[in-house]
Amino acid sequence: MSTMKINLKIWRQKNTQDKGGFQDYTLDNVNEHMSFLEMLDVLNEKLIMDGIDPVEFDYDCREGICGSCNLVINGRAHGPKHKTAACQLHMRNYSDGDTIVIEPPRAAAFPVIKDLVVDRSALDRIIEVGGYVSVNTGQAPEANLIPVKKDVSEQAFDYATCIGCGACVAACPNSSASLFTGAKVAHLNSLPQGQPERDQRTIAMVEQMEKEGFGDCSNYAECEAVCPVGISISAIAEMRRDYMKAIL
Amino acid sequence: MKLDPKVPSGPLEKKWEQHLQDIKLVSPNNKRKHNVIVVGTGLAGASAAASLAELGYNVKTFCIQDSARRAHSIAAQGGINAAKNYQNDGDSVWRLFYDTIKGGDYRSREANVYRLAENSNNIIDQAVAQGVPFGRDYGGLLDNRSFGGAQVSRTFYSRGQTGQQLLLGAYQAMMRQVHTGKIEDHPRQEMLDLVLVDGKARGIITRDLVNGTIQKWEADAVVLCTGGYGNVFYLSTNAKNSNVTAAWRCHKRGAAFANPCYVQIHPTCIPVSGDYQSKLTLMSESLRNDGRVWVPRKKGDDRHPNEIPEEERYYYLEERYPSFGNLVPRDVASRNAKMVCDEGLGVGETGLAVYLDFRDAIKRDGKETIAARYGNLFDMYENITDENPYEVPMRIFPAVHYTMGGLWVDYNLMSNIPGLFVAGEANFSDHGANRLGASALMQGLSDGYFIIPYTVGNYIAGEDLEKVSTDHEAFDKAAKESQGQLDKLLAVKGDKSLIEFHRELGKIMWDKVGISRSKEGLESAIEEIRALREDFWKNVRVPGESNYYNKYLEFAARIADFFELAELMALDALDRDESCGCHLRDEYQTEEGEALRNDEDFSYVSAWEFLGVNGKLETKLHKEDLEFEFVELKQRSYK
Repeated sequence: MSTMKINLKIWRQKNTQDKGGFQDYTLDNVNEHMSFLEMLDVLNEKLIMDGIDPVEFDYDCREGICGSCNLVINGRAHGPKHKTAACQLHMRNYSDGDTIVIEPPRAAAFPVIKDLVVDRSALDRIIEVGGYVSVNTGQAPEANLIPVKKDVSEQAFDYATCIGCGACVAACPNSSASLFTGAKVAHLNSLPQGQPERDQRTIAMVEQMEKEGFGDCSNYAECEAVCPVGISISAIAEMRRDYMKAIL
Repeated sequence: MKLDPKVPSGPLEKKWEQHLQDIKLVSPNNKRKHNVIVVGTGLAGASAAASLAELGYNVKTFCIQDSARRAHSIAAQGGINAAKNYQNDGDSVWRLFYDTIKGGDYRSREANVYRLAENSNNIIDQAVAQGVPFGRDYGGLLDNRSFGGAQVSRTFYSRGQTGQQLLLGAYQAMMRQVHTGKIEDHPRQEMLDLVLVDGKARGIITRDLVNGTIQKWEADAVVLCTGGYGNVFYLSTNAKNSNVTAAWRCHKRGAAFANPCYVQIHPTCIPVSGDYQSKLTLMSESLRNDGRVWVPRKKGDDRHPNEIPEEERYYYLEERYPSFGNLVPRDVASRNAKMVCDEGLGVGETGLAVYLDFRDAIKRDGKETIAARYGNLFDMYENITDENPYEVPMRIFPAVHYTMGGLWVDYNLMSNIPGLFVAGEANFSDHGANRLGASALMQGLSDGYFIIPYTVGNYIAGEDLEKVSTDHEAFDKAAKESQGQLDKLLAVKGDKSLIEFHRELGKIMWDKVGISRSKEGLESAIEEIRALREDFWKNVRVPGESNYYNKYLEFAARIADFFELAELMALDALDRDESCGCHLRDEYQTEEGEALRNDEDFSYVSAWEFLGVNGKLETKLHKEDLEFEFVELKQRSYK
């Protein structure tokens, strides 16, 4: 088991109004089996004992599914490892003496709350306007009365697996939330249950995305590259196709 | 304290149906006059909030995460049980009921468990209608897999992310009601107290986690869906922010805490690698469908696992339990893993692990089939351990996963405080002394979609609930106390870190209130917990201030509550002078090392009343006797 010296450059910002800036820290004994967030825990323990306010960052499940963590590491959302959320990243991906820059995901629609913590409630508001099938509790028919082709169901799952972390927004030069929105649109629009509301859902969600201040999609595909669960940008194509059909 | 379970009379299969017919209703134009608070937005909370709002109540939801969608139900992997009998393998509501009550080692209420099994089928219908993408077969119909403790295939799944898909279904239903204005959603708010007016739950106190302000909220009923308390062990499969605070503060206001010692230790988790470790990761139980659990027969056999020949491998579950094999219930699997490790047969650097091997399944079904079934779990394992489970057996070890205990509730899921309802993992209700796999999602959604919406209405219709204002002195008093506790924590300014205290508490709990317990160990645990708690309040260092975003302050308040709960868990385990389900007292085992129940003396729910903390926890035990009219109590056997 080897240990490393790691240099950190971390964005510190007291609150939304504060201008913020980078601070340098050094950790001497970083174990290669530590997760990236455990490395930050160790840093925070040290800061607290030194009487310095710890670095705030969002996390919860630490197993890559809740979507809370959203660090931008050396300029890349969730760090260097493909299809891996920051909480699932391990220090064995780094070497002794490395410098790591850690920032919050930057987008006009994601105001910084403190340090690396941002407000992503805009994503909830996109779901709010149409990211569902309108079925009240108790109204559902017997489950097997709605057969769904296996490949259709599997594809719907591939879109539904989005964890809502916002990495796609952070990576996009336009700060677009198209991958997030497209994933939900494509999930529901591909299923028989989603058909009755297909048009209104697509229009409402696309328009809400614009209202929240997210940019438009220019097919950079940076979103797909950083998505921790590998959502394909075909979601965006599906959303655009359905949007065109719906408004015509 | 009076504990009336309010179980309706009549035959088991008619109780819920009859109760629904007898229940009082609130007319549609009156529903909009009533406010209901739902705390926590996991499966139970999101489904309850959506369903209550659809009925017309004004609902306010609160969660500590930045979005309702991130509650820890999201991490449930394997599946959800239902008695659909789609596999034509003889399943029925009765069998699901029977497996669940037997799996819980006969320490749960018959009527509750039967209702759970009855509701199971409606949950699948509801989820499918919402667009939850369950696994399907080539005919387009729903597929099932097998889980521990059952001899039928009744588990519905969405790859290894069933909890995520079901939670997103409930979250989306909830967001739809946010859009209609029937739900006011408050993320990043933590409940710090329950407010009682005239002995009834009439509101809550929260802390806005962004700006630190203490806030007051009134309602006609409060529904607590705040999950379990596994993080008292420090290391568990729970999310880092999962905590007992909301439930514990209700307990301190008079709500009985039931069966706190019932903790599920999940058999298949990735072993601990070092003391910097912040959490443990579960590998779904579904892996036991195809994985074979073994250790080397010889002590200290440090050969590479692939070099150990078949006859020198000890497939201890298959040998000891031929009819259930690797699919024994979780408590049995965990206990056996500990036993073989205690015998010195454990593997890996620490000797605290066993193998879960897919070699034979890959040989039989092909790598592609196994990848389709468990691909994401295998990837997760490799990511954490840097080992490829397609080529080398996984190393696994038990870890704290779920708590069956929780706030005491009656058949209506109402606590002994009128107007305080408790749903999901936060209540004690349906799993007895051990929960079967794929039953947590079922219970959370049964409570939220199909029980709470009726029983909250029944309560509101039957009570004279005068409007209260948050200017009422009870709100001010509770708000001041909440702020006072935070100030007290910040004022300690000691020199020992919060996390160190939590880690030490967790070690006491794991060693002495974990997989197996003894009178001697529990008595010493109680002393150690008290001493460490005293030290905590003298020497803890909590950074920063309370008037801005301060996660370590949130943790401090939660750990302070864990310190009190820990003592109650040990007291409960000490009181229960028998073994049952996950609660194994070394003194009470069958010759084969199984939990030896004592039905004569311990067929009761322990419900503890809080009296105070003064150096030690002052508490009083009340007992709800469990009556079994419909099933015969037997020694559980999975041989």
